[in-house]
Formats: sequence, structure tokens, C-alpha cells
Amino acid sequence: MSGLLSADAWAKVWTYRSTFLLGLLNTVETALFALILAFALGILFGLMATCGSKILRGIARVYVELIQNTPLLLQLCFLYYALAFAGKSLGILVTGIIALGVYTGAYMSEVIRAGIQSIPKGQFEAAHSQGFHYGGMMYHIILPQSIKIILPPMVNQVVNLIKNTSCLYIVGGADLISLTYSFVTGANTGGAYAPAYLVSGLLFFIICFPLSNLASKWENSLKMREKERAVAAAAAAEG
Amino acid sequence: MIKLVNVNKFFGDLHVLKDVNLEVAEGEKLVIIGPSGSGKSTTVRCMNFLEEPTSGHVYINGKEITNKNKTKMVRDNISMVFQQFNLYPHLTVLKNLTLAPMKLHHKSKKEAEELAYHYLDVVGLRDKAHVYPSTLSGGQQQRIAIARALCAQTKIILFDEPTSALDPETIQEVLDVMIKLAKENITMVVVTHEMGFARQVADRVVFMHRGEIIEEGTPEHFFVNPENERVRQFLGKIIR
Repeated sequence: MSGLLSADAWAKVWTYRSTFLLGLLNTVETALFALILAFALGILFGLMATCGSKILRGIARVYVELIQNTPLLLQLCFLYYALAFAGKSLGILVTGIIALGVYTGAYMSEVIRAGIQSIPKGQFEAAHSQGFHYGGMMYHIILPQSIKIILPPMVNQVVNLIKNTSCLYIVGGADLISLTYSFVTGANTGGAYAPAYLVSGLLFFIICFPLSNLASKWENSLKMREKERAVAAAAAAEG
Repeated sequence: MIKLVNVNKFFGDLHVLKDVNLEVAEGEKLVIIGPSGSGKSTTVRCMNFLEEPTSGHVYINGKEITNKNKTKMVRDNISMVFQQFNLYPHLTVLKNLTLAPMKLHHKSKKEAEELAYHYLDVVGLRDKAHVYPSTLSGGQQQRIAIARALCAQTKIILFDEPTSALDPETIQEVLDVMIKLAKENITMVVVTHEMGFARQVADRVVFMHRGEIIEEGTPEHFFVNPENERVRQFLGKIIR
């Protein structure tokens, strides 16, 4: 009945294909808005984690540790149910965007912190010695150098974010995983487990695979360029 | 021009500068020598507030430099040349030279580039304008770093062991540029072990030992008849 080879089951999935596309659309939409929030938080807290102020560094640390050391599901439930029972429900979409954005933001801020801290101290000192303010130093000197270290792990975080939309299932979301589950357990549509989850998985793969690929390509080309630079530098030293 | 008054600096429990008082006149070429760990570098780094003194005062042109005003004070008055060059590796030589003039000193691209080429001529590296720093030898990178410092057109340039990271063969090309600069009316404070350079260009030499200035005088005084036994020992080892 739910068999992989059942033509019936596949036909059912095909009939209800719009359900899957809607789920995909919802997933991408949630991920996109969450991504914007995550970027903003990641940059803000990443910069805070590397700044001179102990207080700001402390705040960034607390944010990152709290978020990274509790499950996303818990954060999502907390945000949704705590507010819902207080009579201030945000709605599932907004809840999802905030929870996923805040969660991914913590990881992005760590990526940015590591990227900034990988730049030698002398670069900061040169910028200070020329009279650059913090903003100018970051914009013109530090971030352009750390971006290549930041980007590959950043893309991986985007992939995680897209996959993590599946957690919205717990609060009754309308994302791809939630709709797939509704489909296979629905009164009229139920039963086509294998085809339904295969299709759902394929849709995730189509979105995520190119991104992961991009990240590793980026990483490889950076390594290549580094090598070329080292060779050029060595050649210059010889000559 | 530069005045340090009772400057103390601690790194944790380590007392690296002990009540340092030092004045540098306009146009003066001051050389700071001394064994490693004596506080020479920390002294110059206090002058542009790369290190904030734990106590004491630093004045530039009579105005006290503080954590609040340091960015503007440094921008307007002081440039620095580092031991490790610290050129910006993601920018070409030309962009290294024009960045601060364009972003901080409000020069147009054209003005900034003219300025850059002028100082590239001074250090003899005009042909390297469009390459990246990593393709240059250490001596060339340091000459570019000097050109970058000159592009800010400040009256004071600090040199923190500018030749210590260089191959012996390339040290002289950097010293030659500095000797050339010494003929201008720039105030130069140079931390170095190059005694030949000190003898040739210094108006005054100060000797630091364990965070204190223990002797100062003209180069002749140092090389002919230093008073302090510690200074004699040091110079005996370093002058070949």
C-alpha cells in the first residue's frame, strides 16, 4: 500500500503535487526571512564578540552559548507556546522566522568572530596607526580579508537553516516537512509514505545541494589562490 | 612635539615602563636602543596610543592624547612603520598607499594617487604600484610601508624596529630610504639595533633598560664614552 513501487501511491503524490510545492515555497520563504534576521544578528554579535568592550563581548557570549546549548525545538516551542499562552501569539510563520533566525544567527556570529580573529593583530594596529575608526577599519581592512574565511562556513549555515525549517512541524507549521506529514497521515491522502518522503527529500536536496557545492567550490578555489600567492611570494623572495 | 610625562605601563603584573619621561623636539631624529624587553617598543607604541599608558601623560604638540581623541590625534599627527610591515595584503601597493589619504584625509583619487606615486619615487618602487604586497621581498615591503606612512604627510613618523625582520641583504635598502628621510624636517623616533644608522642620523640616542631610560646623549657620546656600565656592555656586544 505504502510501497515504493505502488503506482497508486505515486499517482496520489502527483495529484497532490501542489501540496509539496506549497510546502517548498513556505520553507523557502521562512528560510529567506530567517536568513535576513540571522545575517543581521550574526554580524552584530560577531562584531560585538571581537570588540574592545568587555560588556558587549559578554552579551555576545551569553547569546551564543544559550542558543547553541539548547535544542532548536525547545526554543521554537518556548517562543510559540509561551507567547501563545500569554495571549500574544505571533503566528506560526513569524515564530518560525524569529526562532530560526535567532538560532542560525548564533552560529553565524561564531563564524564571523572566527573570521575576524583569524586576521593578524598587525592589521588592526596598522589601521589604528593610520587613524581609522572602528567602522572604517572593519569595512576597508579587516572584513575584506576575513570574508573569504567567513563565506564557506556561512553557506553551510544557510543550508542548515533551510533543513531546520523542518522543526516548524512541532508547532504545526506549513513548511515542506509539516505538509508532507499532513499528506501522508491525511484522511483522504494518507498512506503514500515512501513516495511522499522521497519527493519531499528530493525537493530539499535540489535546494541544498547546489549551496553546499558552492561552499566547497569556494573553499577549494580559495586554497588554490592561497597556494598561487605563496608560490608567487616565494618566487619574489628568490629573485 | 612629543612629550611623555611619568608614563607607566603594566602588562598584568609586568611593569614594562617605569616613570618614563621623554621629550622629542620638532624635526628631531631620536633613536631608542636597548636590549630586548627593555620597553623600547612599548615606549613608541605609547606615543600613538597603540598601547594606552597605565598612568602618566602623553602630549602631542602640547595637547594631551587620550583614549577619546587618539584616533584623530594619530590621524593628524603621527604615522608608524612596523617591524612586520603590516601592509594590507588584499590591496595592491597603490591602494595600500591611497586608502588612508582618500578615506581619512579627504583627498580625491587623483590627488591620492599623485601623492602615492610621489612617495613611491622617494622609496624607489614606482614600478611596483600595481602588484600585491605578498609578491615583494621584505625590504621592498618595508619601503612600501614607509611610503604609506609618508602618504599621510604627518610631521611625526615612528619606526618600531623597521629592519629587524629583514634579511641582512635587504636591510641597507630600507636604511638608505630612512637616511634620505632624515634630511627632511620630519620628526623621527626610531627603535633599532642598527648602530651605523644611529650614528649617521640620530640627533640624540636614548638607552633603555628594564623599562627605564638609563642614559641619553648624542651618538658621539654613546659611541665614544658611555657612562653606564650596562650601556657599555650592550654596545660592546652589538657593535661589530
